[in-house]
Amino acid sequence: MENLINIFVKSIFIDNMIFAYFLGMCSYLAVSKTVKTSVGLGIAVVFVLGITVPVDYLINNYLLAPGALVWIDKSLADVDLSFLSFIIFIAVIASMVQLVEMVIEKFSPALYSSLGIFLPLIAVNCAILGGSLFMQEREYVNIAEATSFGLGSGVGWFLAIVGIAAIREKIKYSNVPAPLRGLGITFIITGLMGIAFMSFMGIKL
Amino acid sequence: MSDRREPLFSAKNRKLLTAPLSKENPITIQVLGICSALAVTVKLEPAFVMALSVTAVLAVGNVVISLLRKTIAPRIRIIVQLVVIAALVILVDQVLKAFVYDVSKQLSVFVGLIITNCIIMGRFEAFAMSNKVWPSFLDGLGNAAGYGWILIVVAFFRELLGSGTIWGYKVIPQGFYDFGYKDNGLMILPPMALIVVGIIIWVQRNKDKELIEEN
Repeated sequence: MENLINIFVKSIFIDNMIFAYFLGMCSYLAVSKTVKTSVGLGIAVVFVLGITVPVDYLINNYLLAPGALVWIDKSLADVDLSFLSFIIFIAVIASMVQLVEMVIEKFSPALYSSLGIFLPLIAVNCAILGGSLFMQEREYVNIAEATSFGLGSGVGWFLAIVGIAAIREKIKYSNVPAPLRGLGITFIITGLMGIAFMSFMGIKL
Repeated sequence: MSDRREPLFSAKNRKLLTAPLSKENPITIQVLGICSALAVTVKLEPAFVMALSVTAVLAVGNVVISLLRKTIAPRIRIIVQLVVIAALVILVDQVLKAFVYDVSKQLSVFVGLIITNCIIMGRFEAFAMSNKVWPSFLDGLGNAAGYGWILIVVAFFRELLGSGTIWGYKVIPQGFYDFGYKDNGLMILPPMALIVVGIIIWVQRNKDKELIEEN
């Protein structure tokens, strides 16, 4: 249990998707103009990462990894399908996003109307595919660890986008040098936030 | 069919190649493909390999999509595009693993992330779906070059200031270190990539006032 919390905290603060790996920057820069929309997108990312990482974990460990097909037949022990992982992961993500969209539409129209437009965007958000690829690279030992990594990364992304949106709302009232306005200053603020987040480095529960 | 064929490098085609280098730069103006751009720029070598990989995927992908553009049904175009990209990226990944294994280890997940690199989807959607093969190819090359030079500039400064080397070779003389010069460790850390890109944007927009945004 302690291990799970440790992975969760680590993926929020230390291995933050935005500040440490720059994943999901495109939507991070495009959708962070107001806090309200960024909260919507952030929740959608947490949601989708929390679902796709464990699903891809199962697929990776029971279909793709070297020797993963042993459960079907002993003779398949040296089959290695891991070169297919990119295409399978992206297919899983695209279909999961579609599925999540349909489920939310059916059961919670209110949530759907607030997340609705963001969900399709998420399929091509690098943070989601990045989550699955990091999961594969870091070799988590069981599905609980993979899930806590997925959720943690999502929450980290959520914090980052809400933080930058709040700063951007305020920065409208300051006198930024003209060539830096908009994109430039957002980059620099993100860099400074990243330096601030680095103070969490070395935290271990 | 028009009887007068357009020359291969007409002014319009040349513009496809050069506009993305500055006025329509994918990173600093269109804000596409930032995700992978920043993480691989600690050293020049991985940045260069990354730029080449993106060039290969984008140019070939643009050609493929452009060839298929009349047969792809609009409703399923995203999935078709993703499959084309993913297939090309798998090829690139296998080639990298075979020939430059060390670099491919350094790039780790970021080769895979070319799939969700928004430059590629963005150019497919915006250009290859509605243009002929040759202009699409040029557009792919141009955009990849625009992406590549930013990558290489950022990597150059980060490597020079961060570890005092260029392409792995020491360029700062030992004498400097004897006088107390120190490599700036901050440059190696991820946040500095963002700040360096921020500065590039600043310089670029300072030169070209048209590009300045309203807040």
